[in-house]
Amino acid sequence: VSARDDELQPDRGILSGFDRRKPSVRVSMTVIHAVLIVGLVIAGLGPLLWLAKAAVTPTQDSISSPLLLWPNGIDWANLGAAWVEVEVAKYFVNTLVIAAGCWLSSLFIATTGGYLLSVLRPRYAPILNGAVLATLFIPSVVLLVPLYLTIVRPVVGTSLLNNYLAVWLPAAANAFNILLVKRFFDNLPREVFEAARTDGAGPFRVFWSIVLPMSRPILGVLSVFAIIASLKDYLWPSLVLPDPAVQPLGVRLPAIQSQTELDVFLAALAIATIVPVVLFLLFQRVFLRSAGLGGAVKG
Amino acid sequence: VVTIAPQRRRRGPRSWVRGGGVANLAFALPLILVFGVFSWNPIIRSFVMSFQKTNLITSSWVGVDNFVHVLNDPLLGTAVLNTLYFAGLALLFGFPLPLLLAVLMSEVQRGKGVYSALAYLPVVIPPVVGVLLWKFFYDASPTGVFNTILGWAGIPPQPWIQNAATAMPSLVLEATWAAAGGSIIIYVAALLGVPGELYDAAEVDGASIWRKIWHVTLPQLRGVLFVMLILQVIATAQVFLEPFLFTGGGPGTATITVLLLIYRYAFQNSLGGDYGEATALSVMLAVVLAVLSVIYFKLTERWSQ
Repeated sequence: VSARDDELQPDRGILSGFDRRKPSVRVSMTVIHAVLIVGLVIAGLGPLLWLAKAAVTPTQDSISSPLLLWPNGIDWANLGAAWVEVEVAKYFVNTLVIAAGCWLSSLFIATTGGYLLSVLRPRYAPILNGAVLATLFIPSVVLLVPLYLTIVRPVVGTSLLNNYLAVWLPAAANAFNILLVKRFFDNLPREVFEAARTDGAGPFRVFWSIVLPMSRPILGVLSVFAIIASLKDYLWPSLVLPDPAVQPLGVRLPAIQSQTELDVFLAALAIATIVPVVLFLLFQRVFLRSAGLGGAVKG
Repeated sequence: VVTIAPQRRRRGPRSWVRGGGVANLAFALPLILVFGVFSWNPIIRSFVMSFQKTNLITSSWVGVDNFVHVLNDPLLGTAVLNTLYFAGLALLFGFPLPLLLAVLMSEVQRGKGVYSALAYLPVVIPPVVGVLLWKFFYDASPTGVFNTILGWAGIPPQPWIQNAATAMPSLVLEATWAAAGGSIIIYVAALLGVPGELYDAAEVDGASIWRKIWHVTLPQLRGVLFVMLILQVIATAQVFLEPFLFTGGGPGTATITVLLLIYRYAFQNSLGGDYGEATALSVMLAVVLAVLSVIYFKLTERWSQ
């Protein structure tokens, strides 16, 4: 923890050492500290802890005394019922398949595209770059209906409704990802590429053996963006995956609410939260760096 | 034509291949295909479709009829006002709070990583789960989660999302909870970038803590604050999930937003989707948002240099 804190520590903040020694400041900082931690625990962790508790308590408890610290009995069967009877297992697998596909397609398009625009730079690169960047100015809402019709009635082939490609491929057409990777590639040392080329490495080899291994930091950030965006999306998958058998858990949850008993439903909500929260706890630094970077690139 | 002919011959297919043309094309094709089909094509199509009457089989030109219809829809005014109300409340709740928290968090000397993680946790919860969970918290009965908490303070139970007056603020409260962590992390990063010498200099001039915040911190954050403001407006103008899942636009029409109206035109129409009207409204919203994005990109471009 100390290493991480050092990294975040500026040379100094608003308060000087002199300020901090003043009794009034010291008292208020202690109070602020306490209020901050209590407030953040309640707002950040509270709902999650409540959900975890509600997932294993009987319905009656959640309805009549939802804030009871010690529930009247534990009902582990909720989780099993959600997993098997509500078929959360199936939707959970769908969620993972969709997220994995979005991740792969985003990574593929962003790295190959970034490599083309930053390193290979053919004569048409500026036009292509402009055409990609221009899409940043178009808010996603304008795409909703025409993109839906493109999926239902593509120019070639049959309808992509209920096909995961309808979620995977549009996720890859993300100009922000291309921009992010291109900026990273722009800052890689050119001499390394030149040296590899003189040694006879072709463009594919330079991409695979030199550029990609040097890009691990940005690939991590990109992965977080792609996977979290996929786990958070609701509207688009709900439109192009109308068949419940292929829907992800997030899309399915509002639909199953009315036919499911409350305690089992809350268990299903808890299961849907597990993957992103575990990913966050495991890769906290990448997440927080991405959030800051998102601001830095956006800002 | 004659003068450039020799040049052309030098750039023949063979030299194109030797110059890496094939490899370039292999890297360009996935990008062009994916963006062509799923980005450029729908963008162009939306402008075309907004002047057409379209169902899934045929389309015919109808001029500006779609725009006229949408502009004459009595729900449009309600939707625009509701969206502005949502955006305004979101600014009121969601703009100062993350900044305040970030300033306080960055003055804390130990355990910063824990604070950031706690603040960011709601952001990683899938929005559908967040909304459905809060929908339960908003239970209007006296034993609802929030009403129980109000009861401890002696405040009578509130109807939350079941009442036209309190529905929108309830939606904004959840949306603020879900999004604040992202802004906090960005502000914390921006606060780290404020040069310490500026504070040193202010202290030499005898500045108090409040004057340091007012004359050093806030001016230094001006850029990032403005960017976050525009980003938040662009995001809230497209709000969909909260009104869709919490209230379905109700009670009555109290929480119908512009995007919900677009969704209704296209996908909740008993007469079959009116894709023309839906795209016409999308295009109008997009033009407004595009102006904001252009301002935002111009500013960030200037600041990043």
